[in-house]
Amino acid sequence: MTSTGGAGAEPTGVAAVARRAAELLPEAGVITDHARLRTYECDGLTHYRVTPALVVIPEDAGQLAGIIAACAEHDVPYVARGSGTGLSGGALPHAEGVLVVTSRMRAIREVRREDQRAVVEPGVINLDVTRAATPHGYYYAPDPSSQQVCSIGGNLAENSGGAHCLKYGFTANHVLAADLVTPDGELVTLGGTAPDSPGYDLLGAVVGSEGTLGIATSVTVRLTRLPEEVRTVLVGFESTDQAGAATSAIIAAGVLPAAIEMMDALAIEAAEAAVHCNYPEGAGAVLVIELDGAADEVEQEYAEVERLCRDHGAFEQRLATDPADRALIWKGRKSAFAAVGRISPDYIVQDGVIPRTALPEVLHAIAELSASSGVRVANVFHAGDGNLHPLVLFDDAVEGAGEAAEQVSGAILDLCIQHGGSITGEHGVGVDKAAYMPRMYSDEDLDTMQLVRCAFDPRGISNPGKIFPTPRLCGEVPGRHKGPHPLQQAGLAEVF
Amino acid sequence: MPTATLTDAARRAVSDVCEVRDAEPLDGVDGVVPTLVARPTTTEGVAAVLRAAAGHGLTVVPRGRGTKLSWGRPPTSADVLLDLSGLDRLIDHAAGDLIVAAEAGMTLAELQQHVGGAGQRLCVDETVPGASVGGTLVANTSGPRRLVAGTMRDLLIGITVVRADGVVAKAGGRVVKNVAGYDLGKLMIGSFGTLAVVTEATFRLHPVPAARRWVTAPVEDARHAQRLAQEVIHSQCVPAAVEIDWPPVAGGVLTVLVEGRAEGVDARAATVRGLLGDFATETEDPPAGWSAYPWGSPEEGAERPTSLKLTFALSGLGAVLATARELDAEVPIAVSGSAGAGVAHAAIPAEAPVEGVSAAVERLRETCSRHGGSAVVLDAPAAVKAAVDPWGPVAALALMRRVKDQFDPDHRLSPGRFVGGI
Repeated sequence: MTSTGGAGAEPTGVAAVARRAAELLPEAGVITDHARLRTYECDGLTHYRVTPALVVIPEDAGQLAGIIAACAEHDVPYVARGSGTGLSGGALPHAEGVLVVTSRMRAIREVRREDQRAVVEPGVINLDVTRAATPHGYYYAPDPSSQQVCSIGGNLAENSGGAHCLKYGFTANHVLAADLVTPDGELVTLGGTAPDSPGYDLLGAVVGSEGTLGIATSVTVRLTRLPEEVRTVLVGFESTDQAGAATSAIIAAGVLPAAIEMMDALAIEAAEAAVHCNYPEGAGAVLVIELDGAADEVEQEYAEVERLCRDHGAFEQRLATDPADRALIWKGRKSAFAAVGRISPDYIVQDGVIPRTALPEVLHAIAELSASSGVRVANVFHAGDGNLHPLVLFDDAVEGAGEAAEQVSGAILDLCIQHGGSITGEHGVGVDKAAYMPRMYSDEDLDTMQLVRCAFDPRGISNPGKIFPTPRLCGEVPGRHKGPHPLQQAGLAEVF
Repeated sequence: MPTATLTDAARRAVSDVCEVRDAEPLDGVDGVVPTLVARPTTTEGVAAVLRAAAGHGLTVVPRGRGTKLSWGRPPTSADVLLDLSGLDRLIDHAAGDLIVAAEAGMTLAELQQHVGGAGQRLCVDETVPGASVGGTLVANTSGPRRLVAGTMRDLLIGITVVRADGVVAKAGGRVVKNVAGYDLGKLMIGSFGTLAVVTEATFRLHPVPAARRWVTAPVEDARHAQRLAQEVIHSQCVPAAVEIDWPPVAGGVLTVLVEGRAEGVDARAATVRGLLGDFATETEDPPAGWSAYPWGSPEEGAERPTSLKLTFALSGLGAVLATARELDAEVPIAVSGSAGAGVAHAAIPAEAPVEGVSAAVERLRETCSRHGGSAVVLDAPAAVKAAVDPWGPVAALALMRRVKDQFDPDHRLSPGRFVGGI
């Protein structure tokens, strides 16, 4: 970025954007003070930290679009941030850029039961959509573990999943439309209240693009009818092999539970220590299985699930008898990441995916990796769809422990790729896994994906440095100066 | 008919890499007869044809099984018809993982037959008989079951495409849950062959339910249809489909499909019967015309009816049906489709006067758009296509053009067929 000029000169770069922000936003919405900027230095992946040059907190789409237009005009990079709960560093700020925080755009504009839709602003908390819809008999299906704090805008950027996406799908399946501020600062509407808008499915490309194609300022979501019946059962097994086999048998029997979650012994130990969830004692693995739907259907499915678990060695099956009971079962599962902090000072969360049938094989390989490296790994995962969340434990105070954990973590991702899986099922690539993308995709694949980036953001200012290890040159960019700036060429300015 | 003559060098370049033949009138794409028909049998073969075409600046129109080739606008040019029917193999069916990968030219029916052997299905209806997997994907067709499983958009998990410059690229993969990289598959869905050529696709599958039941009831008028549809969608009986059949002039039928385990389905069907009233009947077989579009299959060579896709917010169902009925005085309109999903299709006979059809399209477009949707003319007699804008107004068109320019900067893939002349 170029520095600001001398007295009287027009500001450039971030300084110019800051000045525009001061014109557009109330004072509280523009942060330039270094100490306050530092509070935004990381998202949920705390070991990456960068202090942004400027933080803006717009209150509406017009303000947000004005800021982005200024970024485009002055070639200043920007990063969008919702609640900052992301686990791949997707909202890691840019040192010479603007962090655009959507936490003041929190209106739930409409809940329309007859259309099964809600229209919300990007800063709205995921669970608040469900809270607003519940009186109408509806809810918002995608439920990431962080749903009490994460924002819909962040969910859209990351295509967030959650425990129940086995049956109900991801954010991409539930977002019908979005108003998007493009990296040019223009406001466009993608999708519609009705499905199948004519033209390219740009919304489909934007959902999960991790803030690299624009910032959503309004999101229309599908609401799902609350099920007539929900049954949650906690099942104890002696080993992850048994639990894995039971999972496969349930799916093979044609039952599609809302969720099948697995935790291994170490993860159970951590959860017990943290939230006293009263999981079966001595279990080598537990499954949390949830069935929902029409009562008569759930009744049939439950009988089948119970039988299949018993056939595969379940030694205890505990059916939640009331909502409090169900909440306690889920509490153990949903608090697992944080709980691991009780048994290890530091840990890395992985998010690899494997075909479900490869579960036993991959779990054994992870155990071997753990044994040979001496690095402990706790396994918590969405067993139904093969989305692993190995928690690789280490103590950063011990020299070399961090590196050893990184190595094990990388080896686990390689295992996922070898088995035809993915490096990330729901946390996103962000900065964290960009280096792993070439292990999953060829240069041609990545180049083709970036054609979309070039169409939306030829300047490469929207969340640069995320997802792709190497940015693609986009060819002609309208209005962008080629080569050195004229002032620079004349020796009147320096770039630093 | 505009048929360009290719230079000998261009013709040689394509025939060097692929089996080719001269096109016949039957190879026409909505009346535009190409010069050459190339029939590669692998993704690499497609890439070779596209590289040769790129080298000589040839326009290319991909074709799966040719069942929807007249949809959209006629192309502005078609030097090479890229026949994908030779890419007809099943690549992998991992039954335990509920996924299937197939080449784009395979028919949907064959794919269903294969996975059906394992008690599984790709949960998208074959609305156009004989359609290919790739054609279903790029035309984004759907039927009654979209209510329960969505469309190709919700089922596609991995894709292989060949770009206009002949580069082969993949996105997604073989697992259902995957957020690594951009979801290029979604961009291809409904793109009418204008962005890249889809050669392989991987889908998530669903188990075939043990039992199914159709509950059908007559509706008195548009308002009644709206009220019944609302009652069913707000119930907790989890319908797999809620369909309306709305013939010209009078009458109408609402049909609800319930799928699941035998004992559960009995009880749920009874609940639905209760909602639909005294005249509701229950069957174990689909009613006539189930999952077919209202325009049927016109005979070879006959003028095609005007075929529309109507979308609307669920609260707009009554208005859309009422509009169709009001227009009956001018032109007869048959409507059928997913009342529970906000997508219906309409047919106007081929012999209806062009002015009447144009006016009807405008009225339907106005109603659908008032209810958050659109009315697209998928297919129509040439005179109608010339008189109306088949795609209607499209939001974010400028951004779509930029995407097209990146993928196909010379506009050689299916030029002119898509929105805004893309």
